[in-house]
Amino acid sequence: MGLTNRPAPSTVTYDPPSQDGWVATRLDFLVNWARANSLWPMPFGTACCAIEFMASAASRFDLARFGMERMSFSPRQADVLICAGRVPFKLAPVIRRIWQQMPQPKWSIAMGACASTGNIFDNYAVVQGIDTIIPVDVYVPGCPPRPEGLMYGIMMLQDKVKRERMKDEALRHEMVPDPTSKLYIPPSAIDELSEPFGNSVQQTRSGL
Amino acid sequence: MATTKRTVEVALSTNGLDAQGRPQRTPLVVGGNGADVALEAPPPLEPDMGGEHMLINIGPQHPATHGVLRLVLELDGETVVRCIPHIGYLHCGFEKLGEYRQYNQILPLTDREDYLNSMGNNIGMAMGAERLFGIEITERCKVLRVIAAELSRIMSHLVWLGTTCIDIGAFTPFLWAFQERENIYNLIEGWVGSRLTPTITRVGGLAADIPDGWLDGLRSFVRTFPKTVDEIDLMLTRNGIWVGRTIGLGVMTPEEATNYGLSGPMLRASGVAYDVRKDFPYYDYETYDFDVPVGTNGDVYDRYLVRVEEMRQSVRIIEQAMARLPDGPINVDDPRVILPHKHKATSEMESMIHHFKLVMEGPRPPAGECYVAMESPKGEKGYYMVSDGTSKPVRWRIRPPSFVNLSAIPRMVEGHLLSDVIAINASIDIVMGEIDR
Amino acid sequence: MSRAFTIAHAGAAAAGAPAPATPRAVPHRGGPVSPSADALRARFPDAVRRVDVVWGETSVYVEPARVLDVVRWLHDDPEQRYDYLADVTAVEFRDLEQPIEVVWHLRSLPFRRFLRLKAQLPKGAPLAVPSVWPVYKSADWLERECYDMFGLRFEGHPDLRRILMWEQYREGYPLRKDFPLRGRFSRSEQLRQALAANPEARYSMEELSIADAFEDLPQEMRQRLAAGPRPGE
Repeated sequence: MGLTNRPAPSTVTYDPPSQDGWVATRLDFLVNWARANSLWPMPFGTACCAIEFMASAASRFDLARFGMERMSFSPRQADVLICAGRVPFKLAPVIRRIWQQMPQPKWSIAMGACASTGNIFDNYAVVQGIDTIIPVDVYVPGCPPRPEGLMYGIMMLQDKVKRERMKDEALRHEMVPDPTSKLYIPPSAIDELSEPFGNSVQQTRSGL
Repeated sequence: MATTKRTVEVALSTNGLDAQGRPQRTPLVVGGNGADVALEAPPPLEPDMGGEHMLINIGPQHPATHGVLRLVLELDGETVVRCIPHIGYLHCGFEKLGEYRQYNQILPLTDREDYLNSMGNNIGMAMGAERLFGIEITERCKVLRVIAAELSRIMSHLVWLGTTCIDIGAFTPFLWAFQERENIYNLIEGWVGSRLTPTITRVGGLAADIPDGWLDGLRSFVRTFPKTVDEIDLMLTRNGIWVGRTIGLGVMTPEEATNYGLSGPMLRASGVAYDVRKDFPYYDYETYDFDVPVGTNGDVYDRYLVRVEEMRQSVRIIEQAMARLPDGPINVDDPRVILPHKHKATSEMESMIHHFKLVMEGPRPPAGECYVAMESPKGEKGYYMVSDGTSKPVRWRIRPPSFVNLSAIPRMVEGHLLSDVIAINASIDIVMGEIDR
Repeated sequence: MSRAFTIAHAGAAAAGAPAPATPRAVPHRGGPVSPSADALRARFPDAVRRVDVVWGETSVYVEPARVLDVVRWLHDDPEQRYDYLADVTAVEFRDLEQPIEVVWHLRSLPFRRFLRLKAQLPKGAPLAVPSVWPVYKSADWLERECYDMFGLRFEGHPDLRRILMWEQYREGYPLRKDFPLRGRFSRSEQLRQALAANPEARYSMEELSIADAFEDLPQEMRQRLAAGPRPGE
């Protein structure tokens, strides 16, 4: 599956049976085009992936062609949180606070295997994937991902942005953990379920 | 000084409080050879006009802290009265993980702790493991490791230069530095396939030999790189803004610097000519002709000069290493540590058993311990390994130079302005991955 | 072009120190003993328990209570001049009966020497050892990390608190051998505790001594402080 085979996502067709008006679809197109092509990243760079992120922003790979050269270190002015690097438990409340400080519309990219799942750091100190703390839109695997890989992830995010619809208000709701949701499992139930494997997300029994 | 300060009654977990509930500050007493010198905090820049001090927090997420470092500053106006650093925001349990990994499996971990000096860390770790095993690597491997270590030093100093320039306000050298890093990335990618985390060594040898034509690429890099360094030097070294922002900041005297355990360019800028490559050499560094720049004042400007000059000296070492690179095998001929060749492992019983044991269990050193130190771009990088005869170490300790260098920051920023804190922090060249491990 | 600074060809050692050379063919055991070990034995015959040479490095085992005297002498004596403390760390062996070893790595830059001091702390007794902070300021954070990871107390340290984990960390001391790799609590509990450690509300005790900051503290924090010592710490 390559980038060449997908339909151009920026085409918004006018579909008469649906309730979308012609003006609404044009407006959607305009708003999404503007958002996708000027995503200001908030580089939450912690470790090695941050260096590859900096290399992506430098001359050779140049994020400026995506409109992303303006790094917003203040979350108040950022669109996309790029978590580049491993996140230990001590840093978890910090990244959650940063995410809460970002105003809507906001998206997030988990860059690298550590931000996606915890990577080789399956131990007492590291969060096993930042999607346990904040909602993630795109996961970019790699340790570290090549700048081309990160750019592929950014382009996937741009596609996602361009497929949004303004009438879908739920997209812009702040996702908070909902204890009444059917997806929520209380910690005691999780402990009971995972008891044969302990804390291991890889469920190895070889003593590693 | 008439102020209306309220004291806070708190139950403290540390001892040593005076009557107002403030921690007692012990003046530094550096005793050396009969002369007891009491070093007190430097006098404030302006007389205290009275009024309240401000408590501000920098980090842990901040572009200028070079990673997730948190500095809590007590400010009197813009002057820093006290600085309390908080680390641990990137603590990932490296040392604990190392106890559950074989020696070759620990090597990818070393890439990720000081990620700017990945090859250097690989080399240090392999050096330590080879000391534990008691094996001597081949000559070709030694020279290639020296080349990798010096390339790594250049890479690290380039990142330092780029990010320090951004912190102080100059954006262009960042792009120049990262473009040079791309040239080195091409070389490393041609060698082992990865850019930033190569894991270039194995216990007893290297991951792979350099491909044909690689040395030509290195030669062309060595030809063009000094021009970039000269360009950056020309732009910054006699620049009024740069000099004005870096001279006289964060001064550490030689005795202080040694006592605080500083190493690398931090220590050498203060005038102490300690370089692990010169004093406790490894891989025949005593046979290479290179100089070690030593500063005089110990301020941020001297640290900048020392690092730029070190890049030039690294180029010198690489040229000599290229000239003396011998042919031969890169891996030591020891079946206890090196995997046998594939066709032997599938045809000879003994090789098959060696292969099996090395893959399933890993090489096992005799019981013992060793501490090997190498000169990383940040300072003295030490690996202390204790083995009990099994394939996994009992203790794997990383002696992080940035950790010890950063502990001196409260001493360095007292009395300076808030914007100087950023410059001094940048001059230490910290890597949080190494500090927190 | 640049401001003049010296370029050193040699290292920091004084004249007369041994010439530096890459170690070759280092024996596992039985190498030459460092002259500092013999001098230590002569000066502190009761404090030095044993001397070992492994892979060319001399390790001197000293009585835990005498560590500060030994280190101070090594620092001050003009024949020794160990002016550089490289590392302070600890080792716990897999055989849990064995004592915990606290290790100090010292360097003499003028004489180009390296020495390892060790103190053995048996498990039954309280794990405490004198701090060498009065002699070397680099011991400040190194000992704090040792306390954080192993639970060893360094007596005389000015500010012994956790450095890598957060101060209210309750799972234990991570590098101990009875601490599992993935921690004692479940992942969800670890996450819950980590998120509850609100970074803005938790300043260290030293920072709170800045009396004027009291006005800026959040209301709930002021109430908590006024209420007394925090539970569970």
